[in-house]
Amino acid sequence: MAYTDDSAHHDHLPQGFFRKYVWSQDHKVIAIQYASVAILAGLVGVGLSNLMRLQLGFPGKFAFIDAPHYYQFMTMHGMIMVIYLLTALFLGGFGNYLIPLMVGARDMVFPYLNMLSFWVYLVSVIVLMASFFVPGGPTGAGWTLYPPQAILPGTPGYEWGIILMLVSLLIFIVAATMGGLNYVTTVLQARTEGMTLLRMPLTVWGIFVATILALLAFPALFVSGVMMLLDRTLGTSFFMPALVSMGQVSNYKGGSPLLFQHLFWFFGHPEVYIVALPAFGIVSDLISVHARKSIFGYRTMVWAILAIGVLSVVVWAHHMFVSGMNPYFGFFFATTTLIIAVPTAIKVYNWVLTLWNGDIHLSIPMLFALAFVSTFLIGGLTGLFLGNVSVDIPLSNTYFVVAHFHMVMGVSPLLVIFGAIYHWYPKITGRMLHDGLGKLHFWVTFLGTYAIFFPMHYLGILGMPRRYYAFEGYKFIPDSAQTMNAFITVIALFVATVQLTFIFNMVWSVFHGKRAGPNPWRAASLEWQTPETPPGHGNWGPHLPVVYRGAYTYSVPGAKEDFIAQNAPPVPGDAESRLPRDKEALA
Amino acid sequence: MAMAVALILIVVASVLFHFFSPWWATPLASNWRQMDDTLTITLIITGIFFVVINLFIVYILLRFRHREGRQAAYKPENHKLERWLIIATSVAIMGLLAPGLFVYAAYVTVPANARDVEVIGQQWQWRFRYPGPSGKLGRSSVALISAANPFGLDPADPAGQDNILINNNELHLQVDQPVRMLLRSLDVLHDFYAPPFRARMNMVPGMITSFWFTPNKIGRYEVLCAQLCGVGHAGMRGYVVVEDAASYQKWLKAQPTFAQSMAPPPAAIVDVAAGAAVAAAGDVLALQGKALSESKACVACHTVDGTPRVGPTWKGLYGKTETMENGATALVDEAYLKAFIRDPQARVVKGFAPMMPKIEMSDAELAALVAYIKSIGAAPAAAPKQQAQQ
Amino acid sequence: MNQAAILKSAGGGYGKPAADNPLERRYAAISVALWLFMAVASALFLLFIAAYIMRMDAADWSPLAMPWQLWLSSAILVFASVLLQLAVSAAGSHQIERARSLLLLAGACSITFLAAQLWGWQALQAIHVTASGNPAGSFFYLLTAMHALHVAGGLVGWGMAAAGSWRQEQRRLAWRIRLCARYWHFLLAVWLLLFAALGWLTPDFVRMVCGTR
Repeated sequence: MAYTDDSAHHDHLPQGFFRKYVWSQDHKVIAIQYASVAILAGLVGVGLSNLMRLQLGFPGKFAFIDAPHYYQFMTMHGMIMVIYLLTALFLGGFGNYLIPLMVGARDMVFPYLNMLSFWVYLVSVIVLMASFFVPGGPTGAGWTLYPPQAILPGTPGYEWGIILMLVSLLIFIVAATMGGLNYVTTVLQARTEGMTLLRMPLTVWGIFVATILALLAFPALFVSGVMMLLDRTLGTSFFMPALVSMGQVSNYKGGSPLLFQHLFWFFGHPEVYIVALPAFGIVSDLISVHARKSIFGYRTMVWAILAIGVLSVVVWAHHMFVSGMNPYFGFFFATTTLIIAVPTAIKVYNWVLTLWNGDIHLSIPMLFALAFVSTFLIGGLTGLFLGNVSVDIPLSNTYFVVAHFHMVMGVSPLLVIFGAIYHWYPKITGRMLHDGLGKLHFWVTFLGTYAIFFPMHYLGILGMPRRYYAFEGYKFIPDSAQTMNAFITVIALFVATVQLTFIFNMVWSVFHGKRAGPNPWRAASLEWQTPETPPGHGNWGPHLPVVYRGAYTYSVPGAKEDFIAQNAPPVPGDAESRLPRDKEALA
Repeated sequence: MAMAVALILIVVASVLFHFFSPWWATPLASNWRQMDDTLTITLIITGIFFVVINLFIVYILLRFRHREGRQAAYKPENHKLERWLIIATSVAIMGLLAPGLFVYAAYVTVPANARDVEVIGQQWQWRFRYPGPSGKLGRSSVALISAANPFGLDPADPAGQDNILINNNELHLQVDQPVRMLLRSLDVLHDFYAPPFRARMNMVPGMITSFWFTPNKIGRYEVLCAQLCGVGHAGMRGYVVVEDAASYQKWLKAQPTFAQSMAPPPAAIVDVAAGAAVAAAGDVLALQGKALSESKACVACHTVDGTPRVGPTWKGLYGKTETMENGATALVDEAYLKAFIRDPQARVVKGFAPMMPKIEMSDAELAALVAYIKSIGAAPAAAPKQQAQQ
Repeated sequence: MNQAAILKSAGGGYGKPAADNPLERRYAAISVALWLFMAVASALFLLFIAAYIMRMDAADWSPLAMPWQLWLSSAILVFASVLLQLAVSAAGSHQIERARSLLLLAGACSITFLAAQLWGWQALQAIHVTASGNPAGSFFYLLTAMHALHVAGGLVGWGMAAAGSWRQEQRRLAWRIRLCARYWHFLLAVWLLLFAALGWLTPDFVRMVCGTR
């Protein structure tokens, strides 16, 4: 898609079509491959959510959506969105494209391994989708795949679906490890001259720390996945206690379902920061570019990203407050969870303070960035309810939780993804995305997703449980709740449909979009300073760039332009050199 | 300035929604008022942050939007401000956490006078057990579960003999009496949750979990299963009846004990409706079928009193002509029942969701179950004919 | 894509030693990646051991006697590490032939290690210890299999080093052997930890250390 007009460079011997676009080892091609597969998976995920919403909004009206199917759609929706869309897109898509360009490298340090990681990811997606076609269908155990139910009759997909799901996850983890080794090593080893760690844009910091988290947290999913697979296929009892299933006493005994939950959430909580940290980094860049102002408190922002990364490994059991685990753990995990709110809040303040006294251009990337701040604010605040153990007790497993995690995982990172694509599209393709379509896409998505998930908080406080196929017959749930559900469904279907305009925009603009110059947003960071747009093979031409300053040198008082590129050689005596030493962009 | 307008609208709409929407917590029916209070404190503090920060952004957008000749200020850091913000936020966070932890300390401390009640969860029904006068619950094990012993109690344990068994989904509690709910799952994860009580806990097979509360309002409350437990999760319904001491004791005395349930002549334990018909027929097979319908959890979805639930009621089912989703009809006879139980997904009865799982059972068990369904079937005229067939 | 072109030229300004040699830069990058991978594998094995410890708490735990073949395989793995370390010094002092022989021998040892592990499995199967019976048995098969997979993966890297060792390029061979040695020592440490846990870690010991119950 992005290289249809990329015939200009002649760095080496011409490559055949397959070598250049299919088995490519160029990080930019691999990034687009990752992003394309992730977005396609995401479209499947959105479709599945629509099917769920049809049942929730109009219960019983669609015969095809019976209880087993509902749970299968729900499970696949969750797993696809969290792992195969968000994680793959942020790390494999944005990470691959932006890291080498932002640090001044020609490519990732291990291009062959990079290419392999994409193809292994693709295999994991194929294995996952294959579960729709096996006897019994995909697993309906919920994306958290809790045993014992996940591998017992009574849960759809216990025959084959759960096996394929687990195998797919194991394959994905291999891909993520291969990719992760690349991103971290590249940041550590391949920065160009002058690019110190503290001159890197926050996008890189966000993806870098997220990748380290991924490398260390995915093993926990691997461990739990392998052990559940053995429980299912070999009849081991890692997680399976003595139980009676459908009237039959089983052969399992002694295993612990809570062991699975601890392992899963030891992965699962860092996972949400693996999705959130790249979003945090990217939104910092979007705001500073489009407000023509340095990100406020760059060092604090870096500290906050690191603190969040470290703290994220000691909060996991806030997902288990009502699990039946040792009750005294609740004190510890509530405390750590509320502590992690502090660096997160600091980041929100700093985004707002970046806007303060800025020169705010309400371009589409900025609109998405602002929408992120607003929706992440409410999503993060509702986390305080759930992290405070005694407040969580009545709210756990209700729609309050569904509203919270969709706001922080679904809505806000998604808004960042859209903003980031509008922002970097001109760099990737040399053209601008269509503005009118972009505005339509923005307003429907922002206001629509807010309208979908805000009311759910109240349904949750009422006590409406999650993962319910139907709510008939409960007197404590008023009819108005059903009407609300119908209303939410209609909005959800509409918002989902409008996403197609975005897909259309991305494809159409490759051929017909307004041609962009090399740096249409007049950004200071290194990726915008490539000699060619789109960047050619090797990114920088014959000479690697040299970096003289941080990535946020905007609006220096008295300077000729309102931005100074990272690799622009310093001019003695100019406005930048006359900045007071302590206010200098970090050297 | 569409974005500024949008943010103002969001703030206003959200606040209005909060005050005018009909959905808020169910009226509290237990002692856990503190949980509601902590929720309110959290709501107020987070609500203030929500409104203030959003409106601050609106102000910023209006004041600092791009205009011809505008230049942003250059101020990449302000350590004093950041330090102040970190401190203020930490204080606010502690203000939220402290009350929450105090409430939690009460939650994990069971009062000495709490009475024990056991909740048994199984895909997809609830059962309950009370200790008898001895105050102790007898030993139980999944290995002992059978059609005749659905609670899996150990007959050799004397402590279990006087345990009171509730083989249906309605729990009774005495008002103003603290209870410790002992939760036992026979198969998968469940969660015993009645929102008006606020307190709840997951049920984990292989261990006993617990929570405590004091119901303080008389009434009948709906119980949800609040941890995904398979296709029947949404159908796993129960009730808690909170009543005064006299009514409670009267009800309790009327319930069978374990000893009684294990004693032969079955006539003593069979409930009235099915019992009369079956006892009249003297059909031991049907009685076994009845026990199976409980141990294999058929009763979770099929009633015997005529009310349709997740599945069709069994009262009057046998001998009836049933209509399928696709318009076809079929006579409900032995062959129909056997085929349906063996392969529940083959056909869908009109008006019901196709969520019946395939439940393993031997041919003998199947015969017993069918005999039971037959015994509460259609016209009594059919009964003597069935008698002759047996 | 030329590796040298990707890796930064560490010009002045960082306090890092100037490493303009493309080979040194490539080695540095692969070395960093190997440390990272070792961290990932450490996380994996530590989590497996944590699961093992938690599962041990159940009433149905009965420890497994280690088959004697595991003592043999442990000795072989130690020997492989020793051989690789000797190969490192040999390559470092330009004794290419000796380095190559030691490298090949170490690989052969590691393959023998895997065979000895398999023999241990057979010994357990013969006394009817299955994966699905005793949980100690389940963990035995699981942990030894996971470790063996990592050894097998290492053998891929060893294969590349071995294949290249005939080219007599001293520096390349030296750093490849160094990386193999590092990974092998790591796998030996992991194996000793697993072996100790499988053979001698008891619920009582855990309770004593954790101060529980």
